[in-house]
Amino acid sequence: MNYLEFEEPIKTLREQLVQAKDIESKNDLDMTTTIVELEDKIVEVTKEIYSKLSAWQHVLVSRHPDRPYALDYMSALTNGEFMELHGDRNVKDDKAMVGGLGEINGQPVMLIGQQKGINTKMRQYRNFGMANPEGYRKALRLMKLAEKFNIPVVTLIDTPGAYPGLEAEERGQGEAIARNLIEMMQLRVPIICIIIGEGASGGALGIGIGDMVMMLEHTWYSVISPESCSSILWKSWDHKKEAAEALKLTGEDMLANKLIDGIIPEPLGGAHHNREEMYATLKSEITDYLKKLMPMDADKRIDSRIRKFSNMGVVTS
Amino acid sequence: MGWFQRNTEGITTKTTEKKEIPEGAWYKCPSCKTVVSAQEHEDALWVCQHCDHHERVGSTEYFALLFDNGKCRSLAPKMISEDPLNFTDTKSYPDRLEAAKKKTGLNDALRVASGELGGNPVVIACMDFEFIGGSMGSVVGEKIARGIDHSIKKGVPFICISKSGGARMMEAGLSLMQMAKTSAKLSMLTKAGLPYISVLTDPTTGGVTASFAMLGDLNIAEPNALIAFAGPRVVKETIGKDLPEGFQRSEFLLEHGFLDAIVPRSELKAKLDFSIRMLHASN
Repeated sequence: MNYLEFEEPIKTLREQLVQAKDIESKNDLDMTTTIVELEDKIVEVTKEIYSKLSAWQHVLVSRHPDRPYALDYMSALTNGEFMELHGDRNVKDDKAMVGGLGEINGQPVMLIGQQKGINTKMRQYRNFGMANPEGYRKALRLMKLAEKFNIPVVTLIDTPGAYPGLEAEERGQGEAIARNLIEMMQLRVPIICIIIGEGASGGALGIGIGDMVMMLEHTWYSVISPESCSSILWKSWDHKKEAAEALKLTGEDMLANKLIDGIIPEPLGGAHHNREEMYATLKSEITDYLKKLMPMDADKRIDSRIRKFSNMGVVTS
Repeated sequence: MGWFQRNTEGITTKTTEKKEIPEGAWYKCPSCKTVVSAQEHEDALWVCQHCDHHERVGSTEYFALLFDNGKCRSLAPKMISEDPLNFTDTKSYPDRLEAAKKKTGLNDALRVASGELGGNPVVIACMDFEFIGGSMGSVVGEKIARGIDHSIKKGVPFICISKSGGARMMEAGLSLMQMAKTSAKLSMLTKAGLPYISVLTDPTTGGVTASFAMLGDLNIAEPNALIAFAGPRVVKETIGKDLPEGFQRSEFLLEHGFLDAIVPRSELKAKLDFSIRMLHASN
C-alpha cells in the first residue's frame, strides 16, 4: 500500500497494527484489546482526515497509484466477462482509450474509458491515460455501434488531459473531441459518465456528455489541471494548491455549480482501500441509472440531455 | 561655449510648416515591416498588401465587413460575466473583467448579431481576442447559444468567427461546459437542417477548437492563422523538439484535412455569400 503525505498518521497506525498482530502470533500473547483499539483508531483517524480533504488532497487521492483504473472497473462490473474492442478503423488502436462490451446485471452495456498504466512500463504503453485523436474516434465508433444495437453507454473518465503531441495535432485532436461532443448530444441510447479519477479538461469532456454525469467522491473535474493553471496564471508551478482551491474542482463544488448530476461515495480512505466495495457501489448505481434511463423515449432523453448542458453557465443579461 | 547651446529659445518651426501626423497614422506590418498609412491599411481590410499578413481585428471590423452596409442588430449586447466561483489568482476575476471592459469597450469576448449578408438573413457571432485573450466563459457560450436559437427560430444560417486563446480559466468548470453547451446547440442547428459556417482566424486554440470552431458544415480559415488544440509552446514542451515550419497554421490544417478552404479576408464576404447560396438555396 502506498500512502500519501497527509495519510502519514494512518500509515503509522497501520504499521502498529501489523506489529501487534505479529507479536500476538509470535509470542502467543492475547493482544485482542490492543488490536481492536488500533482498528477503531484507524477508522476514526481515516474518517477524520478524509472528512476534511482540501481540494489539492482530492487531486492527490484521484491520482493515487493504487486506485482502480478503467479496465479494473470494466472487468469487475461485468463479472470478468468483458470483451475489449480495439481500434478506430482508421489509424490505429489507442491504448490510452479502451472500450468493449459486457453485461451489468443482465443488461448489455458499452463500456468506454481512459486507461492508465499500473507501472512505469505500462504507464508509457497507456500514454499516461492521455488519448490521441484516434482514441476519441475509437470511443465514438463504439458509441455508434452501441446506438445501432440499442445498448447503453457507460464512460469511465480518468485522464490528465488529451495528449498534446505533434501527431495528435496533425490528426486533429480538437476536431476529434468536438465531434464527440456534438455526436454524444444526439446519441439515441442512454449515456452514463463517471469520473473515476482525473477529469482534466476537453480530454475528459470528449467522453463526458451524458444523461447522468457522476463523480466518484475523491476525484476532480475541471477545465485545466491545478499545476497548469498555476503555471499560466501565477507564472510558476508553486501555486497548485491555491489553483486547486480556486478551480472549484471537487465533486461538491461541481455539483453546487450544477455542472454534474451527483457524487458517488467511495469506501473510507478512497476507492483503493476497498476495491470490492467500490465496484459493488458503482455497479448498483449504474444499475439504478439504467433502470431510470432505459425506458425513456429516446427523443425525450436527448432533449433533456441537451437542456441540461444548455443551462450550464452563469451570466447577467 | 558648449556644443549644445541653443542659439534661440523655444521651438522655432512655424505652425504653417507643421505636418499633421495624428497618433496611429501609420501601420508597420509586424511580418514584413512594410509601412503604409493607417487609411490604406484599413482600406485593405487590415491585410498587408506586401506579404498578405492578416492583422487581428475584432467583431466591429468583421460585422462592418460582412453585414450588408454594415447594418446589423446585436443580440444580448448587455450580457456580462459574473464571478460565480469567486476566482482570484494574482488578480481577482472581477478586476480582470473590469480592466478588459475598460481597455476594449466591449462587454465580453464575443458579440452576436443578426442582419443580412448578400441579401440573405444570417446570424453572425464573432469573437474579440482583445477581451481576455478571446477566452470562452459563460457569456461566450450563452451568446453563441442565443445566436443559434435565433438562427433556428428564423430559419437562417449561423456563422461564427473564432479567435480565441481557449477556455477562460477563471470560470473553470463553467467554462469547460461551454464546450458542451455550444455543441448541444449546434446539434440542434444540424437537426433543423440549417448551415453552420465556422470561420477560423488567428488564433483559434484550446477549447474553442475542440468544440464549435471545428464543427462547421464548412470550416473556413483566414490564411496563416494559428489553429490548434494544444498551443505550439505546449506541443514543443511535450515532444522536446522544434516544431516543423508552418505547424498548426491554416495551410497545415488544410493539408491534413481539417479545413474546407482558406479564404483571404478580401474574399471572405463573397465566399460566405456563395456558400450560403449553395447550402441554403431553398430559402
